[in-house]
Amino acid sequence: MNVPSEHLFFLSAGLFALGVLGFLVRRNVIVALMCVELMLNAANLAFLAASRSHSSPGALDLQGPVFSIFVITVAAAEAAVGLALVIALYRLKQSVETDSASEMKG
Amino acid sequence: MQDSLSQAWLWWIPLLPLVGSALCGALHLATLRARKSDPSAKGLSAFAPLVACAAMAGALALAVRGFVDLRALAPSARTLLSTSWEWITIGNPARPWFDVDVALVLDPLSSTLTLVITGVGLLIHIYAAGYMKGDAGYAKFFAYLNLFVFAMLILVLSSSLLGVFVGWEGVGLCSYLLIGFWYEKGWPAEAAQKAFVTNRVGDACFLIGSFLLLRLFGTLDLADIVMRMKADFRLDTIDAGTQLNLSLAALFLFGGCCGKSAQLPLFTWLPDAMAGPTPVSALIHAATMVTSGIYLIVRLNPLFASSPTVMTLISAVGVTTALIGGSTALVQRDIKKVLAYSTVSQLGYMFLGLGTGAFAAAVFHLVTHAFFKALLFLGAGSVIHGMHEEQDMHKMGGLRKHMPQTFATFLAGAAALSGLPLMSGFFSKDEILAHTFNSGGVYYAFWIVGVLTAAMTAYYTWRMVALTFFGSERFDHHHVHPHESPALMTVPLMVLALLSVLGGVLGLPPVFHVAHVLDGWLAPVVEPGKAILAMHHPHEHLSHTVEWVLLGLGSAVALAFAHTGFHAYTRGAERDLAIERGAPGVAGFLNEAWTIDSAYSRLVVMPLRLCAFTVRFVIDQLVIDGLVNGSATAVKNIAGRVRGMASGQLESYALWMGAGAALISLWWMWS
Repeated sequence: MNVPSEHLFFLSAGLFALGVLGFLVRRNVIVALMCVELMLNAANLAFLAASRSHSSPGALDLQGPVFSIFVITVAAAEAAVGLALVIALYRLKQSVETDSASEMKG
Repeated sequence: MQDSLSQAWLWWIPLLPLVGSALCGALHLATLRARKSDPSAKGLSAFAPLVACAAMAGALALAVRGFVDLRALAPSARTLLSTSWEWITIGNPARPWFDVDVALVLDPLSSTLTLVITGVGLLIHIYAAGYMKGDAGYAKFFAYLNLFVFAMLILVLSSSLLGVFVGWEGVGLCSYLLIGFWYEKGWPAEAAQKAFVTNRVGDACFLIGSFLLLRLFGTLDLADIVMRMKADFRLDTIDAGTQLNLSLAALFLFGGCCGKSAQLPLFTWLPDAMAGPTPVSALIHAATMVTSGIYLIVRLNPLFASSPTVMTLISAVGVTTALIGGSTALVQRDIKKVLAYSTVSQLGYMFLGLGTGAFAAAVFHLVTHAFFKALLFLGAGSVIHGMHEEQDMHKMGGLRKHMPQTFATFLAGAAALSGLPLMSGFFSKDEILAHTFNSGGVYYAFWIVGVLTAAMTAYYTWRMVALTFFGSERFDHHHVHPHESPALMTVPLMVLALLSVLGGVLGLPPVFHVAHVLDGWLAPVVEPGKAILAMHHPHEHLSHTVEWVLLGLGSAVALAFAHTGFHAYTRGAERDLAIERGAPGVAGFLNEAWTIDSAYSRLVVMPLRLCAFTVRFVIDQLVIDGLVNGSATAVKNIAGRVRGMASGQLESYALWMGAGAALISLWWMWS
């Protein structure tokens, strides 16, 4: 079965849009972080799709896979820091709702 | 000229008062610290007069040593120079085009002035120890007074015009500090400001004159300028442009002298300067600082002598100032104001003498005036002290019984000031008048005004004596108990009285067939100027007959008007009131010094105030403040609208970020 690359791009855009929507709509910080992961993975999918469309049978394009591995690494670090922040926020406010931390209001 | 290193001791003459000033200042600070815990503490301030007087005595001793050293030299070699270091050198170091050394010079002229400054200064310091006792700023007063003496000594001892200017500004500063010494009262602070600002006009002229001299001679060294005048600027070979520049330089320097020495048109600050403590009036505004203009002209005598127009102007200004000062002193009620206008008038005499080329005579009058005017001021201070700070002579009278020592010494000073025969002022004033008479031409008119002023001088002096010491006691006996001042104050008075009576021996007229001491002593200094004047019009000596006539006339005028003035006022102040009733216009005109001061207020001060007012409200508050405040308000308003974007909601930040990222992406895509 040969899926055209365009479909992969549309799937990636759809996943990204879901992530953005979730980030904007949900108040729970953990869910927001999960949405960020979703967006990152959507980007990974886009990388891989682009890589596939640039490859020919004799010459594989490796930039896309390499970038997505970097993104996964960074996403792991981001998750670690993000969850640590969530714990700190919970200790401070006894809540993980984003509304509970709005002191920076102008 | 001797080796300059061996003369380094010269520096101790000004440095001793400077050290004294620093010590007194430290004592004042210590007193202030002690007062923090105990507001009435005297602290260490009682030591201040000891320190200050010791510094003055040391300076006087060194001045005497310098005088003795000078006398041991041949008249033409009487110069002690101490060069310390090169101050400013511009251009090729081997042949700089501008070069100023920090150096002190002691020659007959500066030696004379140094002796007067340290001698009279020491007496006034001793007097002030008694006069200022109990004042909150006792130590501060001596710090300022010693600082003044330092600056004054720098002024007369400096070898270059730049050094003179340093001293010139220094004495101005100390004068300001001391006039405003009792600044809490308000009006002394205003008087100090007036003195300072008026002097600034003169100082600007001084600077312009110095620059012109620098352009003409390429140096500011006084001895070099005099030497170049003697060698290169012969009147017969000089071209018109150089002559004009020389005259301009002399004119501007004379402008500087007008400021410092309180001559027309800048004399109005001196009467106001009487707001300072009386020892200050005696030291600064009678004996020393106000004579620095005379010093400067004598110091640069060939420059002035080379410009006959400026010389005539100097005489004209001098004699007019003498007349205005003398006539104003006739009607003053404040004893210190009488003496202040009298000082203006006597300084006018000195300038009259300078303008005739009688440089030595002017210095002679300077010295005798320092003696008798310091004496009169100190005597007046003693009276004011004994009368519990009363200065109005109409509220005095009959004090001779209460203050016999002050009275006796005051008489000596009054006799000298009014030029009673054989007193010091008699000889010095008559020498100036004789020189004026001898100069001929327009100087005859100056001579007549001079004699008229001499008559006024005798009149107002003895009016002052009569109002203060004779007649009925017009003060309130319940509140005022006149008393003689302590010995600390009367002893300096006696010494000064002796000097006032005997000071005339410094310059006896030729008819006495004895050498004119000061004339001979100053001859090396004034010789270049005399030589230039002699080229102009050969100077003939007055015949003895004419001199006797002039002396006799001087005596007669002084005695007659002293008599009139004295007897008109022994009964009391009736005559003053009669004048005020009979001719209120004249009395007011004289009382306000020919209304020159109010004319300045109207023509200079008020327009300037108006200008300052406009600048303050229109330019500063409207334009500049408007710009500054306007930009601040604009930033604030814009920020107030934009701040809503920062809601503190994570989602809204993310939305803005996303929107921004989307916009940038779109921009990239289409560009």
